Amino acid sequence: MISISVDTNTCSNYGQCCFEAEDIFSLDDKGVLQFIPQADDSRLEELENAADACPMQAISLTQS
Amino acid sequence: MSAPVVVVGAGLSALRTAESLRKNGYDGPIRVLGEEPHLPYNRPPLSKQVLAGGIEVEELAFPMRASVSDVDWNLGVEVVRSDLAAGILTTADNRTIPMSALVVASGIRPRQLPIPGPQKGRLLLRTIEDALHVRGRMSAGIRLGILGSGFIGCEVAATARGLGCEVDIVSLDSEPMIRPLGPDLGAGMRTHHEQHGVRFHLGRTISQFTGDDQVTGAILDDGTHLETDLMIEAVGSVANTEWLDGNDLDLGNGVLTDGYLSVVHSPIPAVAVGDVARHPNALFPGEPLRIEHWSMPTDMGKLAGKTLAALLAGKKPEGSPFTSLPSFWSDQYTWNIQSFGIPGAASEYRLVEGTYDGDCIVEYHDSSGLIGVIGVNRTAELLPYRRRLLARYS
Repeated sequence: MISISVDTNTCSNYGQCCFEAEDIFSLDDKGVLQFIPQADDSRLEELENAADACPMQAISLTQS
Repeated sequence: MSAPVVVVGAGLSALRTAESLRKNGYDGPIRVLGEEPHLPYNRPPLSKQVLAGGIEVEELAFPMRASVSDVDWNLGVEVVRSDLAAGILTTADNRTIPMSALVVASGIRPRQLPIPGPQKGRLLLRTIEDALHVRGRMSAGIRLGILGSGFIGCEVAATARGLGCEVDIVSLDSEPMIRPLGPDLGAGMRTHHEQHGVRFHLGRTISQFTGDDQVTGAILDDGTHLETDLMIEAVGSVANTEWLDGNDLDLGNGVLTDGYLSVVHSPIPAVAVGDVARHPNALFPGEPLRIEHWSMPTDMGKLAGKTLAALLAGKKPEGSPFTSLPSFWSDQYTWNIQSFGIPGAASEYRLVEGTYDGDCIVEYHDSSGLIGVIGVNRTAELLPYRRRLLARYS
């Protein structure tokens, strides 16, 4: 499994991650980021793309 | 041991290319030569959170993946000449550095117009040092002059108003951010800034700086005299390619690459990435473009590393050519602007949601159809547009 964490102090809700993995990251009605904190290993490349795309570099991934 | 792959430049595109070289099987030495004294760091916050004081510069460094832990970072090193056929670079302190292959990642520098008057106190915003210098002098009540109304000029203006500075923007353009936004959304952007107290001097430039030895103001070409405590110039950029002169490369507005980001006419394996590269994009056939959006180094680095790994293994690059949907975001006051595609190349604008002076979605078209979309506070609704743009290449 891959654990996903977002530094909410840094996250500025730019939503770039949502475009890379739209079923894991989304912006709610108020424009605030929501995300599912765990994903299957098969999603690693997409999640790395999402972490790379974050303008604030607020996403970290841990594989276990 | 064979000579290393040398990366000239130590920004985001250098990091992403190094990661991709490893991912694509190149396990030889990688040596990075960077002019700035920093490991790769994130620049967009410089004009926003760093100036506003919400982020410290130590937090800007990009995390490093384990795959690039053995990359040899040589910082504070300026490359001044190159002989690609001989596989040699020369540094400002006259050292000769051998290479088996080259990654051109030398980026851009801010353009500075020749303007008479005192030259001390002409400030730019590109590096950590620039941002710290400006931040140290930006405080409530000071009078800030900004030359240029592009991304950096507008973002600095919004940040400065947030800090309580007086802000005057001088720009030759008829609306702020007109090149990416077009005239109508640009006018909306102007109104948004004006409502927050920014004064615009559009269609104007600075004829002369005033002050004894330090800039304390400017005279515009219509005779207006602005008194300023701080003057920041943000009038575009110049690609850092002088060190490649004499190698018979196409260096007109950046380094020309082919569709796999390989440097055209290079006698050794070489790729160009990031702000310095002028590249074709299969999504938008036509003239190769040099695009300075933050999304580009990551997209380009991923393919360029694959291309270079193939060339170093004596193979031709294969698979899809460079296919990237450029994107940018910008936040100014209550506006979160999100763009996909190349709206700056559009000949037609269609407002499809909202109004130009508030939340909206604008489509950008040329004769080939939809080439870009911009949303203001509508980021979550842009997914279908993004899919339509990506479907241009299949």
